Amino acid sequence: MKYIDEFRDGELAKNLALSIGAEVQPGRSYSFMEFCGGHTHAISRYGLSDLLPPAVRMVHGPGCPVCVLPIGRVDMAIDLALNHGVILCTYGDTLRIPASDGLSLMKAKARGGDIRMVYSTLDALQIARDNPQREVVFFAIGFETTTPPTAVAIQQADKENLSNFSVICCHVLTPSAISNILESPEVRQWGTVPLDGFIGPAHVSTVIGSRPYEFFAEEYRKPVVIAGFEPLDVMQAILMLVRQVNEGRAEVENEFSRAVSRDGNLKAQDRVAEVFELRREFEWRGLSVVPYSALKIRRQYAAFDAERKFKLDYRSVPDNKACECGAILRGVKKPQDCKLFGTVCTPENPIGSCMVSSEGACAAHYSYGRYKDMH
Amino acid sequence: MSEAKRGYVRPLDLKHGRVDLTHGSGGRSMVQLISELFAKHLGNEYLGQGNDGAVLPAPTLEGRAGRLVMSTDCHVVSPLFFPGGDIGCLSVHGTVNDVAVMGATPLYLAAGFVLEEGFPLADLARIVESMAHAAAEAGVPVVTGDTKVVERGKGDGVFITTTGVGILPDGLELGGARARPGDAVIISGSMGDHGVAIMSKRENLSFDAPIESDTVALNGLIAAMLATGADLRCLRDPTRGGLAATLNEIAGQSGVGVMLHEKAIPVKPVVSAACEFLGLDPLYVANEGKLIAICAPADADRLLAAMRAHPLGREASRIGEVIVDDHHFVQLTTAFGGKRIVDWLAGDQLPRIC
Repeated sequence: MKYIDEFRDGELAKNLALSIGAEVQPGRSYSFMEFCGGHTHAISRYGLSDLLPPAVRMVHGPGCPVCVLPIGRVDMAIDLALNHGVILCTYGDTLRIPASDGLSLMKAKARGGDIRMVYSTLDALQIARDNPQREVVFFAIGFETTTPPTAVAIQQADKENLSNFSVICCHVLTPSAISNILESPEVRQWGTVPLDGFIGPAHVSTVIGSRPYEFFAEEYRKPVVIAGFEPLDVMQAILMLVRQVNEGRAEVENEFSRAVSRDGNLKAQDRVAEVFELRREFEWRGLSVVPYSALKIRRQYAAFDAERKFKLDYRSVPDNKACECGAILRGVKKPQDCKLFGTVCTPENPIGSCMVSSEGACAAHYSYGRYKDMH
Repeated sequence: MSEAKRGYVRPLDLKHGRVDLTHGSGGRSMVQLISELFAKHLGNEYLGQGNDGAVLPAPTLEGRAGRLVMSTDCHVVSPLFFPGGDIGCLSVHGTVNDVAVMGATPLYLAAGFVLEEGFPLADLARIVESMAHAAAEAGVPVVTGDTKVVERGKGDGVFITTTGVGILPDGLELGGARARPGDAVIISGSMGDHGVAIMSKRENLSFDAPIESDTVALNGLIAAMLATGADLRCLRDPTRGGLAATLNEIAGQSGVGVMLHEKAIPVKPVVSAACEFLGLDPLYVANEGKLIAICAPADADRLLAAMRAHPLGREASRIGEVIVDDHHFVQLTTAFGGKRIVDWLAGDQLPRIC
């Protein structure tokens, strides 16, 4: 595990924790949102909160693509699998997302839907090649990290005239979600989200670079530190954020310089721009409708757009009324503040979006940290 | 004279033949399958009698009467052949281990085969030979069995159910409800090898370093452990659900908690890297040749030394202790010094998106 173990050194972590403790100013509190589910997962899995001084609070943001995918979108995919006889391909953790009528893709598979887990869009293309008599649909979800491979698959299908391949595009955009959090009415209304800064996503930033975050730093006076997903990356980013707050700076800093540049991966960005364009609006689970926050397939590639090909209509399905996902995703509430948390809503029976993926704020707290609530 | 002419019966074409419905019909084809394949490889004085069951001598252990332990397990692994093993040896190891972790000496196995019409006989022969090898190595003969054939599309090639019988000496009591606060938690070796080997094959993933299943019979190692006279509370093989599921089970049965130390849990670098790549946690990945031992703290070092002296326990490690906890949580001190729960898994582990 060369290049990984170096970022999991417990001794270094202790030193970083000591540095953070030493830099935290008495009487001051620091709330940082890790936008990305990968960071939430790392914080929970390695027990990083235990190493932080009480004055530093980590707020889990909406950066888990599984969590923010609305019910109506999953319903669309299930409809294709059960009622249109397609082979539906998707990434693994999409399978358990609760949908309407007590279904999920996993349950739809048990009902006879031909639903297959793939590791890459290339696998989905191969399934299309191997099954020319069947329609193969790739259910594409994810932030900027997973968007370029979907673009490549569509262009490849176009090149090969793979007419039985199409994509339900549910790709969403990180900067729009961050804006939404900072401008959300709940945040304005309660003013209770003392967000002092952001840990910027790792994989997403390898694609889009650090430049898109400069707007937040300037416009909202919020420091952003882009960090890798290894525990030492996260600790280092927290230290850098504490320093920025103490010094009154609001800049974009890049802790993950081993993979992220200011401009990102221009080739990937070009591919994405060739295939996709902005959607006017897109519903996010927990954040409701966010304008210009997602992508759709350009008209030029309409033949590969499953929504057009199968004339799919999006139908919004509300979350359970008691569900506090929206407030949790914005950092206004903690998972344990929700009445459903750990009672009706558990990883076995997720009601709200945050309990679905292991990267979700509620699932992470339930799976790794709930003993703290009980002891 | 050719085989076909001698009895006017054409022998099984084990090279090119395929299972068909007659192989489960009860007629000559089935008898042929049993005699030319199952009996040929698994044969012994009991199976050779060809009765509906086996009449076995009343077991004693070193001259002392004991109690019988019986366990059964269905094997439905996909793919049937994987790096380091196949469904055949797995079906022997799994049941031998289930009997052995009860503290019993495994004596006999029964094997039930559900075959799918169209399954190549050559593959079936490989599986049976592998079973025979595993049974011989473990010293546990297959003494009775059954074969059914289902129509094409109604099975997955081969399903094997094995049932094992063993003898447990009087006075030895092992069980999941016997863990007490302070007890040591020991594992016999690295975690996650089998599950990752299966997954690498199933999902067509190839890794630079090959990952082999750890499937093996543990009765020899367990006999060496029992011979130390250590005060063992419980033995378990952490198969499906891995270390995490097994310890959660024991914690619940005994009404205790468990505190693990991440640094002490051996995971091969290649398994760790594969899990990292797939977004999986090795603590939840299946093993087929490892065991967990809970034992009185005073005897832990002695037990550990005996395990390390055995080829299957060379990497044995004391990974934690049983603690008082009304919530019966399994917790882990991370290499970072933080703490977290090692919870039950909600369904299968699925690869994360990013």
